[in-house]
Amino acid sequence: MTTALEQLTARLRAELGAASVITDAATLRTYECDGLTAYRAVPGVVLLPSDASEIQACVRACRDAGVPFVARGSGTGLSGGALPVVTGALIVTAKLNRVIDIDPESQRAIVEPGVFNAAITQAVAFHHLYYAPDPSSQQICSIGGNVAENSGGAHCLKYGFTVHHVTGLEICTPDGELVTIGAGKAAEAPGYDLTGVFIGSEGTLGIATKVYVRLLRRPDSVVTMLAAYDDMEAAGATVAAIIAAGLTPAAAEIMDALAISAAEKAVDCRYPAGAGAVLVVEVDGPAAEVAAEQAAIDAICRANKAFEVRTAVDAAERAALWRGRKSAFAAVGRISPDYIVQDGVVPRTALATVLTEIEALAAQHGVRVANVFHAGDGNLHPLVLYDGAQAGALDAAEKVSGAILNLCIEHGGSITGEHGVGVEKVAFMSNMFTPDDLDTMQLVRCAFDPSGRANPGKVFPTPRLCGEPRVGPAAAAALANAIAAAKAAGATVDDEPVVW
Amino acid sequence: MTTTADGVVAMLARACGAEAVRLAGHGDVVGGERPRWVAAPGDAAALAELVRVCAERDLAIVARGEGGKLDWGNPPRRVDVLVDMGRLAGVSRHDADDLVATVGAGTPLRAVQAALAKRNQRLAMDPGSADATIGGMLATGEAGPLRLGYGTPRDQLIGVEFVRADGVISHSGGRVVKNVAGYDLGKLLTGSYGTLALITSATFRVHPIPMARAFVTRPVHSPMEAHELVIALLGSGLAPAAIELDLPIINPGVAPPVVSRPTPGRRSMPGGSLADKPTAHLDPTGRGAQSSRGEHGVDPGRTLRLGRATTTGTVAVLLEGSTAGVKSRAADASLLMRGATTSTRPPEWWGRYPFEPGDVALKIATPTADLYAALYALRDAAGVPVSVRGSAGVGVCYASLPGAPSFSGGGTNSGRSRTAKRHVGQIAAVLAAVRTTMIARGGSCVVLDAPPAIRDAVDMWGDVRGLDLMRSVKRQFDPNNHLAPGRFVGGI
Repeated sequence: MTTALEQLTARLRAELGAASVITDAATLRTYECDGLTAYRAVPGVVLLPSDASEIQACVRACRDAGVPFVARGSGTGLSGGALPVVTGALIVTAKLNRVIDIDPESQRAIVEPGVFNAAITQAVAFHHLYYAPDPSSQQICSIGGNVAENSGGAHCLKYGFTVHHVTGLEICTPDGELVTIGAGKAAEAPGYDLTGVFIGSEGTLGIATKVYVRLLRRPDSVVTMLAAYDDMEAAGATVAAIIAAGLTPAAAEIMDALAISAAEKAVDCRYPAGAGAVLVVEVDGPAAEVAAEQAAIDAICRANKAFEVRTAVDAAERAALWRGRKSAFAAVGRISPDYIVQDGVVPRTALATVLTEIEALAAQHGVRVANVFHAGDGNLHPLVLYDGAQAGALDAAEKVSGAILNLCIEHGGSITGEHGVGVEKVAFMSNMFTPDDLDTMQLVRCAFDPSGRANPGKVFPTPRLCGEPRVGPAAAAALANAIAAAKAAGATVDDEPVVW
Repeated sequence: MTTTADGVVAMLARACGAEAVRLAGHGDVVGGERPRWVAAPGDAAALAELVRVCAERDLAIVARGEGGKLDWGNPPRRVDVLVDMGRLAGVSRHDADDLVATVGAGTPLRAVQAALAKRNQRLAMDPGSADATIGGMLATGEAGPLRLGYGTPRDQLIGVEFVRADGVISHSGGRVVKNVAGYDLGKLLTGSYGTLALITSATFRVHPIPMARAFVTRPVHSPMEAHELVIALLGSGLAPAAIELDLPIINPGVAPPVVSRPTPGRRSMPGGSLADKPTAHLDPTGRGAQSSRGEHGVDPGRTLRLGRATTTGTVAVLLEGSTAGVKSRAADASLLMRGATTSTRPPEWWGRYPFEPGDVALKIATPTADLYAALYALRDAAGVPVSVRGSAGVGVCYASLPGAPSFSGGGTNSGRSRTAKRHVGQIAAVLAAVRTTMIARGGSCVVLDAPPAIRDAVDMWGDVRGLDLMRSVKRQFDPNNHLAPGRFVGGI
């Protein structure tokens, strides 16, 4: 039989060239998951377009064949946002890796979606500029993926997320139209802020084909400090005191003893011996301000019982202080065969309480949890450790992981600060939002993608029927019947796709 | 279903309380359209009920905060009920230690600032309309000088509650700064002019009030000179919180029309041409012209008095931070700007729009390095006096053109009518010139407000990219066009 997928494959072989259309089972399998490896699905076909018009060709072929599609950048996402659909196409943006324009005076660059996050900074370094959001995967994650996930990073405490640093986009809509949205290289443009809602939509509104990024002037001075404490509470209290003093560090990161020990094993970071917690704080800006902030923070650390404070003033020293923190996720592999990376947010003031509750949860389920987090903005990354080879271990870990998310919601926080909902947290959306809230969000989905072919099954627990707004399933069925009856009677009826 | 006037009043009264409903008067006109009723719901549930019954009866709604920007945008195609948001007011929650606050949409920004100041915090927001409410500021996407250092209100909005066109209360975001769960509808609603939903409350990231501030100012004599200064400041490590430009008279000597000069090519312009050198500085404050305006908002003497003077204005930089840090940065800024003066107080014009009611009010947004090109286009095309002010550091400026011609010489009725017609043509030509300049460089020129004759003759919003998608969003959110119909881009 010639399936829709086969027709699509044949068409795109002609349009893109055979090398850009992957169907052999072994290669397909390499795309079966992203950074969330617990979820796997072999895509029906993998497409490797090399420019915006080829992305458009792919999306149009999907549209004509009625096939769903999933976009993938580097595949480093941690919530399964790029999990393929078995009956659909996986559109990989890796070949779109050109920096199109750099405008140092307006402090903007235009790049293709496959450009790596860190490559933008490299490309503009000559102009003394950089791209601020710095997810820990920045060496290999793509800017298109950052747009999809509204990625953050250690420095978003001061500088914000992708949505604060992308001023415009060219997108390919699920209907296969290339549309420029947003302000481009300007700061604003009239009309709805479609860019603002597209960023963080996790591939459900279309594919970004061009990204306009804001560049920042490199700060004159950067100082990184590392403070070591006997326990987590003192580290947390330090961060609260820093914020309360009116200081905005560029980053404020905490690691607990378990995370420290993993990092020591992995990268020999040589953090102060015997530390129950370390706090890494970075301040940047004009030299005079940085000096004042450094002195203030140093005093606050000591007042909160830091037993050692190290200060780095050059790039090499800074790298040494960051080494343990930056390696933490991977390092945990040294102390546990498997782990779940969690990503919840709580109000800063609830940090201490929530950490204590997480500890209790872990003890109750006999699971170890290592804590690494962006303390400045309350973004927790508990690493729930387990051994997949042990019966019931994954179950227990998932229980703890889920309970942590519910804790975050209870304390007025969020189920995800930067990793996205993807497939992983679909079930938790209803705990955070009312059915009406979720319904309203999907009005946007319906505007961009009425037939629901862009990354189906992600973000929302229950898809909304599009077409006729505000029509429940029963009414939709009645409407379908009415349309059929009208057609039978010879009427011309405009039938938009209403089913997802 | 009855839609008699009495029936509607009774219905609105059931939703909001009888004392909160009245017939609309002259003061309630929205862009020339007079609504029939005014209702002031006391809470989100009352507003939701009001919107639901309006949807049922096919009544169009426009929301009003303080009312200062009701004439912005296109006139609505129809408006039946003006919703006064004034009772949805108050700072309902200020988590000072979390640097987060939740505020009713009808709260004046000034009141929010006063409440937050008790804990030495503030919203880093300073829109040009000083009396703005939170809802009005968000709906029109207003932002002032601080946008350079802190972003716009859109950037600092972390959660929002709103009422949909069908009367359903809905939320997006939350109370934490970092949150990527679900679509960020707060962004979509910001700047949507009330055409998608009615915001009832907003949660913002707040900031500590800085320990010290310094304003470093220097006179400039041409858009090019301002441009060079702005680029130098952005390229410096001074990390300014704001870089503002004030050009009270961008095109002196318009009485005899200026000789049109070609718009300077990008980056090929030498540093300030001879024609741009100052010959006089007649109005150092920039306020004199405004305070002496006639009833048409035009200073009849302005063009005559200025004679052969040239553009004169100011670039001002705001530095915020620690006492020692600001002092040292201000000294560095003075050096960089050569001939600057430093003060702890803002210049008089700081953060204020250059226009007043009755003027043609423009908002121009370009890539930062292209702003000067837009300003030259504006200057060269304008056969009328123009003043410009705004956030040059982010490439956003406001311009004020006279809303009516100056009739200083008296004359016959038909003569006046011809002059008026010519004036409308002049404004249209200015718009066309600026918008044409934008095509190659990327940017926009929006008419925020204008007198009816001009409003009718020009495209207020200009071309908008992605309009089909925007229409599609509108169809989903408000399929029957009950929310401020026609007020937004493309007649949305």
